Amino acid sequence: MAASMARRNGRTAAIAAFVAVAMVGLAFASVPLYRIFCQVTGFAGTTQRAEDGAVPGPVGRMISVRFDANTSRALPWRFEPVDTHRNVAVGARNIALYTARNLSDRPVTGTATFNVTPAQAGQYFSKIQCFCFTEQTLAPGEEVRMPVIFFVDPAIMDDPDARDISEITLSYTFYPVDQPEAGS
Amino acid sequence: MTDTTANAVHFEASHGEHAHHDADHMPGFFARWFMSTNHKDIGTLYLIFAIIAGIIGGGISGLMRWELAEPGIQHLEAWAQFMNPGATYDEALHLWNVLITAHGLIMVFFMVMPAMIGGFGNWFVPLMIGAPDMAFPRMNNISFWLLPPAFILLLSSAFFPGGNGPGAGIGWTAYAPLSTSGSSGPAVDLAIFSLHIAGASSILGAVNFITTIFNMRAPGMTLHKMPLFAWSVLVTAFLLLLSLPVLAGAITMLLTDRNFGTHFFDAAGGGDPVLYQHLFWFFGHPEVYIMILPGFGMVSHVVATFSRKPIFGYLGMAYAMVAIGVIGFVVWAHHMFTVGMDVNTKMYFTAATMVIAVPTGIKIFSWIATMWGGSLTFQTPMLWALGFIFMFTVGGVTGVVLANGGVDTYMHDTYYVVAHFHYVLSLGAVFSLFAGFYYWFAKMSGRMYNEMLGQLHFWIFFIGVNVLFFPMHFLGLQGMQRRVPDYTDAFADYNWLASWGYAIMGIGMIFFFINLIWSLFAGRKAPDNPWGEGATTLEWTLSSPPPFHQFETLPRID
Repeated sequence: MAASMARRNGRTAAIAAFVAVAMVGLAFASVPLYRIFCQVTGFAGTTQRAEDGAVPGPVGRMISVRFDANTSRALPWRFEPVDTHRNVAVGARNIALYTARNLSDRPVTGTATFNVTPAQAGQYFSKIQCFCFTEQTLAPGEEVRMPVIFFVDPAIMDDPDARDISEITLSYTFYPVDQPEAGS
Repeated sequence: MTDTTANAVHFEASHGEHAHHDADHMPGFFARWFMSTNHKDIGTLYLIFAIIAGIIGGGISGLMRWELAEPGIQHLEAWAQFMNPGATYDEALHLWNVLITAHGLIMVFFMVMPAMIGGFGNWFVPLMIGAPDMAFPRMNNISFWLLPPAFILLLSSAFFPGGNGPGAGIGWTAYAPLSTSGSSGPAVDLAIFSLHIAGASSILGAVNFITTIFNMRAPGMTLHKMPLFAWSVLVTAFLLLLSLPVLAGAITMLLTDRNFGTHFFDAAGGGDPVLYQHLFWFFGHPEVYIMILPGFGMVSHVVATFSRKPIFGYLGMAYAMVAIGVIGFVVWAHHMFTVGMDVNTKMYFTAATMVIAVPTGIKIFSWIATMWGGSLTFQTPMLWALGFIFMFTVGGVTGVVLANGGVDTYMHDTYYVVAHFHYVLSLGAVFSLFAGFYYWFAKMSGRMYNEMLGQLHFWIFFIGVNVLFFPMHFLGLQGMQRRVPDYTDAFADYNWLASWGYAIMGIGMIFFFINLIWSLFAGRKAPDNPWGEGATTLEWTLSSPPPFHQFETLPRID
């Protein structure tokens, strides 16, 4: 009687403990899940990727795009947009340029995260090519111009939540990629 | 349907002659209180701990109201100098953040939760379901003894660097990046460790309650005959089990972001600080129900007892708590309407939040229906329960206002929000705690409390907290920000009033402590059941206080 009660209690407690452990796992799993969710839905201003052939061509509406640049404190670069602001045609293929200069005396590799505001514009902001898709390595003192090729999907004009947007801000944050210390 | 009474006439095993002779054998002082495995002793320890934490947390809010009594910075600099000679003005302002953080964390994790779940839950769940003790008495001991070190860690964080000054000034929410790159120094790490340990304590407690309630009910006590307080603790235990691990995960990520170079919540590294808010509130919203559900259970018993009627709509009351618990997991983003959600997401979280008003309304109306036609008496526990119903309804109504995504954009982080959650917690959870305390004081201590002092405590406290918190609605509507020690002169009058409200409340608390001490030493000896026919649950069939070991022969419920 007492032994069977102890076994039953042990089983219930084991199930409860398993639930608690599973919830810890879910908390950590939420990090990649949240990223995938944002990439798929454009949630929280996550931009989309497209092929060159997907550019629909201008549809006769202009929209203003602002370019914003941020640099992690750990990255000794000066990173800024060439133009802070452009008027672009919705549906047209556009190129924007950023410049980055390595201020340190050693080669540094960095990469950039990105998103747009307002957040609803994320799913309509498609990048064909971007310096942010890959890692960038700059030699000491080197300055490079980095292009981003993008278009604003005309479907934005059919979305009741997004069609009133007149200005989209594209923001990048550059941060260092951890590299093995090469014998310093 | 609701009659779970085990009639004392055919049940007296616990203090009858066929009980084991060692049923009342008590270990010595040290073994009894420091190595305790007895659910009643552990419950008492939890209550003592909660009272001490409440004095500290309440004292901190007194400091805050003192500073806020007038516009400008009056006392903060002196306090910062006292804590840390040579403190700068910025460090004084940082002290404000430390105070709000400490007040929030202490009241949530070290006062309300230990009192409700650890204190009354431990004391009365086994008694109400007719169990001899908790399922895992030693784990119960660990659950309690994890709390004092957690509390000491949190308090000690005040003496370590926390970025702009000593102490963790991150708010109880600990949002990144303020809690990561914004607060260097070990204070925040200590606060996070403290939450880890307090969380582990609560998870162990939750496992214990779930096992106890599922497996150790007396013969014949089906779940649908179980008293509502046991139901409320069962639902609360599930909420703890599902939500606290998520907080543990989130604050572990904070810790690695701070110390080991990860970038979970750092955009300069591919992370997202908004993810922390999602994780925190996935825990944080169920947490507010964790703090109030056991109160619902206690108030149900008090209202039924002093109406001398069984609770109206017992099953509806039980499943309303289940519904509140379930819906509580899918409304979290209403705490973060201003992070830039699109209108459809806001609409969903607005609607889902308002749905919670339905089961909550069922509970409010069922309490009123219980009183309807009852033979009411207004002893102290009943006054607190009525105060709870009234105040919680006020807080619930302002909650429905804040649930609107559009309105919340204006109200976010104003004193309206502060007023709202103090009406449901400081006037809701705390009133239910006092209701339970006065209701069960005789059962726990074996002595009656003093009715006169109890009523004085209630009325002064009731007036005090309303004078304290009601003006905050107006301040919030006028745009006074929370978490800021200074404000424009235009807000001076209501703030002055609110600070006097605190003083009135403090006078009320003096009567509580006088009553507590006087009754413990000189109170009238309590009978088994001082409340008469309305008190039908099993704990009233036992002596006051109950024997050290009860239910050696299990009660049988028809």
